[in-house]
Amino acid sequence: MVKFQFQSISHLLDMGGHGFYVWSAVIVTLIVIIGLIVRPLLQHRVVLNQIAQELAREKLRKKTNVEGN
Amino acid sequence: MNWVWFYRLGSPLWFYQTTTRWLPWLSLLAFILLATGLVWGLGFAPQDAKQGNSFRIIYMHVPASFLALAGYFLMAAAGAIGLIWKMKLSYMVMKAAAPIGAALTFLALFTGAVWGMPTWGSYWVWDARITSMLILLFLYFGVLALQYAFHNEEASNKASAVLALVGTVNIPIIYKSVDWWYTLHQPSTIKLTSAPSMHPDMFQPLLVMILGFYCFYVVALCLFTRVEILRRERKTTWVGDLIGASNNAVEGEKW
Repeated sequence: MVKFQFQSISHLLDMGGHGFYVWSAVIVTLIVIIGLIVRPLLQHRVVLNQIAQELAREKLRKKTNVEGN
Repeated sequence: MNWVWFYRLGSPLWFYQTTTRWLPWLSLLAFILLATGLVWGLGFAPQDAKQGNSFRIIYMHVPASFLALAGYFLMAAAGAIGLIWKMKLSYMVMKAAAPIGAALTFLALFTGAVWGMPTWGSYWVWDARITSMLILLFLYFGVLALQYAFHNEEASNKASAVLALVGTVNIPIIYKSVDWWYTLHQPSTIKLTSAPSMHPDMFQPLLVMILGFYCFYVVALCLFTRVEILRRERKTTWVGDLIGASNNAVEGEKW
């Protein structure tokens, strides 16, 4: 049967003296995973904004061209 | 010849729409698997008789290494498809796979280092497995760097794909390094051909973590590819429609 292996939270953090190694691995893993999700999401937004700006600029240019004629 | 279906499969628009639908569910699945596997592995799996609790690093180290290697295969295959059939989407997938692979290879090396210290007494040894993984990291960097080395997009895609393909030579070396050379690194825990050399109580959470990492990888790959699609398809009408507000501006080009 699966049971919790540690008597208390401090035992869990200590990991029998290996806490530093185990928890630094956990933290870096979480940073990498979250980073690989957040970065493309931010880029996605930036690119969408850029395209929207380009389109708006083009629209404006066409409009002024028409008025110029 | 009737290759229409093939090109439809390679259509960036199709990919974008399909992933918009599926990504939330896949992300949820990845999150559940990773959270379950991590809590199970860190808190509930029995500790190793020889290594004590430091063995729990396996729950991050093995999945990260798996995906670093599988991701390289995927990147090289995407590059090959791009070279042979000139498929746009394929190159985009190749480009998306490079940063993810580099990050996961780094993660494999880092978790290996912090596992090595309590187990071998050293963060780093220049043995076959670790050195070939370092070469994998540099191959990923090479593919990334080549993307920015040319002004011509076509040229940089081709160069990246060729480097990715040549680099696949390294993959079997990594797999076999623990058998071919004398090394500190323990042999594979999981083999396709035989039962795992691990107690089921330890193995089950590892399997959950590996599945979770696979799902996470697909999510990350789709997210990076979608950014690339938007960037390269910015002049098309469907991207204009997507942004919606400027429908009239693109209408002129459509007709």
